[in-house]
Amino acid sequence: MSAPELKIGAEAIAEKGWLTAHKWLLLRRITQVGILLAFLVGPWFGLWIVKGNLNYSYTLDVLPLTDPYMLLQALLGGRLPETLAWIGVTIVLGFYMLVGGRVYCSWVCPINPVTDLASWLRRVLGIKGGIRLSEVTRYWVLGMTLVVALLTGTIAWEMFNPVSMLHRGLIFGLGFAWVIVLAVFLFDLFVAQRGWCGHVCPVGAFYSLVGKASVVRVVLPKREACNNCMDCYAVCPEFKIIKPALKAVDGAAPIILDATCTNCGRCIDVCSKNVFTFGTRFNVPASHQSATDPTVADRVKPS
Amino acid sequence: MDPARRQFVSDTARMACGVGLLGTGLGFYARHATALPPAAIRPPGALPEKDFSSACIRCGLCVRDCPYDILHLAKPEEPMSTGTPYFVARQAPCEMCEEVPCVKACPTAALDHSLTDITKAKMGLAVLVDKETCLNYLGLRCDICYRVCPVLDKAITLEPQTNERTGKHTLFIPVVHSDHCTGCGKCEKSCPTEVASIKVMPMYMAKGQLSAHYRLGWVEKEKAGGSLVAPEAEHRYNMPEGMKYEHGKGLSADPKPEVAQPVAPAFKALKGDKL
Repeated sequence: MSAPELKIGAEAIAEKGWLTAHKWLLLRRITQVGILLAFLVGPWFGLWIVKGNLNYSYTLDVLPLTDPYMLLQALLGGRLPETLAWIGVTIVLGFYMLVGGRVYCSWVCPINPVTDLASWLRRVLGIKGGIRLSEVTRYWVLGMTLVVALLTGTIAWEMFNPVSMLHRGLIFGLGFAWVIVLAVFLFDLFVAQRGWCGHVCPVGAFYSLVGKASVVRVVLPKREACNNCMDCYAVCPEFKIIKPALKAVDGAAPIILDATCTNCGRCIDVCSKNVFTFGTRFNVPASHQSATDPTVADRVKPS
Repeated sequence: MDPARRQFVSDTARMACGVGLLGTGLGFYARHATALPPAAIRPPGALPEKDFSSACIRCGLCVRDCPYDILHLAKPEEPMSTGTPYFVARQAPCEMCEEVPCVKACPTAALDHSLTDITKAKMGLAVLVDKETCLNYLGLRCDICYRVCPVLDKAITLEPQTNERTGKHTLFIPVVHSDHCTGCGKCEKSCPTEVASIKVMPMYMAKGQLSAHYRLGWVEKEKAGGSLVAPEAEHRYNMPEGMKYEHGKGLSADPKPEVAQPVAPAFKALKGDKL
């Protein structure tokens, strides 16, 4: 057990009140539950809002939504989809390019509450250590799934994908999918900190590439106010991405531009100094728009 | 080699090998899972299994749009591609909706959208798997498979055959015709024996295929509008002494034996000899 220390976010709760200090977390949980319920009221009550699952869904018989990662694997298997799937994938790609690719991870994905719980338990129980995986592992895994899809002509990753397995399971019948979900939970709890979502999951890796140049970003207009309480690092699922923007490493702009940011907003919640807020990648404060450091100007431009 | 470069190379090699190992396992696993268990039948219009598992994006829209709720998505523990749709005929067969809503719902080509006439579906092929338990084979007039068949009197016909056991009755043998059977599974569902005597099987298991060079003489003759060999060879039977054979009449004693020749006793015809 860890030595007694100030609870993470305690300062923010004292300053802003519990509700404000959990605003984005609550909004996220409401969104996650809401999306799941939209799929579930059909099979439960015969109220068909959304049919299908996260791989492909059809909302109110007008709006098709297609998972681009699934579609890519099908294409690699040599299969062309029907028109609705093409429309669906265009809408989904457009949306995530705007709001941030990994918004899928923190606002939609049903595995997120599972790994968030593991991460929270790790903190509460003081579980330390475990294996250290590289953050780029996920891109390797992503590449591997695509190569396997190409070589075997099957959407092989779907045989293991905990994301679609849990979501489909909750809607169509879980079977033994809970075993895989439990495995992911235990992996994150004991084997590797933020192991699944932050290091391995190819779905997250794919969406981070989709949102590489996305518009909506966490910005730090008041980074000078930072009192080094470290709470943001503790709650951030991708904690390495905060430092450059917060500490102006190499003159970095006060915008979190890393593609792996999930726009979960927990840093905004737990900061008692209101350093963070949601903005866009273009609203660089005037002091940082000068061309004195061309690398800064380059980095804030959408690539 | 400088240390940074060495580090990069070793990191990359480690990653490539580790992930490569995972990928190999996943690949083999996925290939094995493309073998569909025989009791699981894909919805109408489904592509051949190998193509299906790459085309289907496991969304479940076909399941949702099936008005009879016969379709399921495979769970991870079931021995087929996880999340893909199937039905089990003995539990609930395909009702063959005229509108084919499952095919229309499919966002990919996993269920072929060119299938608009459900009677053209080929979900599988019914096979009378057990002649020892089929009630019609036992001499009863069960006929249930014949009567429930949605492609009545085409996919299954009843062929009369002498009941050798009683010697005075007729067996009505259900015969499945692959050019009309859709594989809906109604016959399997309705078969009254404890375990169905007629079952729908995947096409690849149920259907034989003649070699490409085979020609059916009588078909060729009809196509040509006449005999293909001229003059048509007269058929000769090499009969035992004192017997004759006529097409349609069978074996009989020849009242006017040809020139009698000494024949070894072994070749003498016995009464009731079959040809």
